[in-house]
Amino acid sequence: MKRLLKGGRVVDPVNGIDGVQDVLIDGDRIARVGRDLPADGAEIVELRPELVVCPGFIDMHVHLREPGQEHKETVATGAAAAVAGGFTAVACMPNTSPVNDNANVTAYILGKAAEAGLARVYPIGAVSRGSKGELMADIAELRQAGCVAITDDGRPVSTALLLRRAMEYAGMFGMPVIEHCEDPSLKGDAVAHEGYQAAALGLRGMPGACEALGVERGVLLSELTGSAFHVAHMSARASLRAVRKGKEAGIAVTCEVAPHHFTLTDEALAAPVAYDTNTKMNPPLREAADRDAMLAGIADGTVDVIATDHAPHHYDEKQVEFDRAPFGIIGLETAVSLSLDRLVHAGRIRLPRLVELLSVNPARILRLPGGTLAAGAPADLTVLAPELKVRVEAAAMRSRSKNTPFDGWELRGGVAATIVGGRTLYVNSAVAGLKL
Amino acid sequence: MSAPVTTAVDEARAATALRRKDLLGIADLAPDEIALVLDTAEAMKEVGERPIKKVPALRGKTVVNLFFEPSTRTRTSFEIAEKRLSADTLNIAVASSSVVKGETLADTALNLEAMHPDTIVLRHSSSGACHLLSRICRSAIINAGDGMHEHPTQALLDAFTIRERKKRLAGLKVAIVGDLLHSRVLRSNIHLLTKMGSDVWVCGPPTLIPADIARFGVRATSRIDEAVADADVIMLLRVQLERMEGAFFPSLREYFNVFGMTEARLRLAHPDVIIMHPGPMNRGVEIASEVADGPYSVILEQVANGVAVRMAVLYLLSGGAGDEAAA
Repeated sequence: MKRLLKGGRVVDPVNGIDGVQDVLIDGDRIARVGRDLPADGAEIVELRPELVVCPGFIDMHVHLREPGQEHKETVATGAAAAVAGGFTAVACMPNTSPVNDNANVTAYILGKAAEAGLARVYPIGAVSRGSKGELMADIAELRQAGCVAITDDGRPVSTALLLRRAMEYAGMFGMPVIEHCEDPSLKGDAVAHEGYQAAALGLRGMPGACEALGVERGVLLSELTGSAFHVAHMSARASLRAVRKGKEAGIAVTCEVAPHHFTLTDEALAAPVAYDTNTKMNPPLREAADRDAMLAGIADGTVDVIATDHAPHHYDEKQVEFDRAPFGIIGLETAVSLSLDRLVHAGRIRLPRLVELLSVNPARILRLPGGTLAAGAPADLTVLAPELKVRVEAAAMRSRSKNTPFDGWELRGGVAATIVGGRTLYVNSAVAGLKL
Repeated sequence: MSAPVTTAVDEARAATALRRKDLLGIADLAPDEIALVLDTAEAMKEVGERPIKKVPALRGKTVVNLFFEPSTRTRTSFEIAEKRLSADTLNIAVASSSVVKGETLADTALNLEAMHPDTIVLRHSSSGACHLLSRICRSAIINAGDGMHEHPTQALLDAFTIRERKKRLAGLKVAIVGDLLHSRVLRSNIHLLTKMGSDVWVCGPPTLIPADIARFGVRATSRIDEAVADADVIMLLRVQLERMEGAFFPSLREYFNVFGMTEARLRLAHPDVIIMHPGPMNRGVEIASEVADGPYSVILEQVANGVAVRMAVLYLLSGGAGDEAAA
């Protein structure tokens, strides 16, 4: 079955396209992109010119919680949240229970993803068995089973030696090591960013240097091993500096920033709701200078990827004292609106750069199909409605958990539709006249 | 509905009221609210000096003292204050509560709330625990110390004691010395004293000075001689031995040598200096016994004034000014 999307603005940076063009989908593949393509028997879908057709967005950092913590999220509910948030694919972290450190767990996750039939799910395997930081996991087996990267996310790889060996070993398959950068001794039992807000609220703080030490370590080892090193959820300005210097030196380092880290600062811990546990995540919301550095890094190209670190937690788990609450917030269903509002409409970047951050670069780093509308590529498309007025409603989200600090926020820009493998899996009813 | 109160209390009441349901911290109090509490406490102090130390201000009101941390001084002080105001009081300490069975703080609070207390006085080891309670309870919440955040009634009784001795707060040099990082007493005192116009200096080893302390409007130094020079008030903070897990300084002996309040250091201060300590004291660590027991010490006056200040807070929140209780 063929479908011809006509009249939308196509933004496909890999192929240098930014303009009103038609996209011809043949089955689960892109057949052609060009001006005024002939219908040639295809079903015609008329798009209004303010809608933007992009290669499908990929969130390379989500926690789907299955197996083991299905009360927070499942592969199916997470994949549903993904398509509702404009993501055609997600890469899920291995800190499930049991940890995804062997082919059985990987296969289980992939089976659940196939059953759900929504966003594509790419598992990420553990660096070490049980993510305990002692012995390497069976990395080749994980790779064969379908893992696209390795990480001990939730914690840093325990020692420089293990990180070095993991990089060397995973480098054999061209798999990046993704690192939760943090010096554990400097973190201690901190629950917030070390600064005025933590001091005023009486919360134990971790400084930006705690993260940057981990970044520096990884950059040095990437230089030593020649293997790809990816910094997860970067938040501190000193980390950005380390990544920038590494890139200038030609080291294979990449990094991602989460929407909450380019949107919020640690002031959110004090107001509007003091000690709101939905402002507690690791790395923590940092001070304005750090947030501004993330925005600058996104604008100047140092930051490669926007990833959500989607971390669902049950209401009960968050309805506790701040220092006892788990770290993390959900992000799949707010990332695109926050990015459009805070980055594009704020004039910091233009749409092609946004597509690089959300689609092209994650596909490149994880070596995934996608990130392009070239003929033969998977028909994974994210259609944006950049002018749509969006009101964030946690209760209406597809994710099983509702732990977001953005509930009630009004943002400019949203998702119009999400197409995965040629199938339309999400259509936003708030976008007028959209028939997909 | 206004509760019957004594004439003395009526006279002491300013035109303003506490514009809040709870007392969670000093940070969100306005200077006139602080002054109202201190003025009201003066009248309450007089109640404590009578042969019959009881007024009916909180008759028929139920106050729950919910203490998740061990405390003798603060809990006793609140309890005496509540009884002098004729409230029905109930003490729940962590060991005898259902918390050991794994109940959450929120559930504990909701269960208490179901029995319609008017006020809950909460002491908890987690910063912000009172804010959590405040969001889910209709009762007035009084913070009796939450983690490293605030201990507002301590700062109020400290201010009351200073004002009683010095007749003012504005323009005084107040030096606060000790473990600044972990101290809720410090945070409440900084907020209160800077709001009331005092010149606040804080002093401790750099490992125990919170980040960005200058943004609190205080002068920070690790040179104790500089901190106490010409000080009108010196307030020592407890070195919290139980929180020194991370080796913040080499030894207690060295701490005393560098930061301990000795008679020699006392001579650098203003001739009329007063020495304060929120207790419990570590003699020979943050304060020499000769100083603690010496003529400049007002440490026991602080304890005495604690009852009057807590009476004022209880009264103003649950029976006196404001109309939340009538809802």
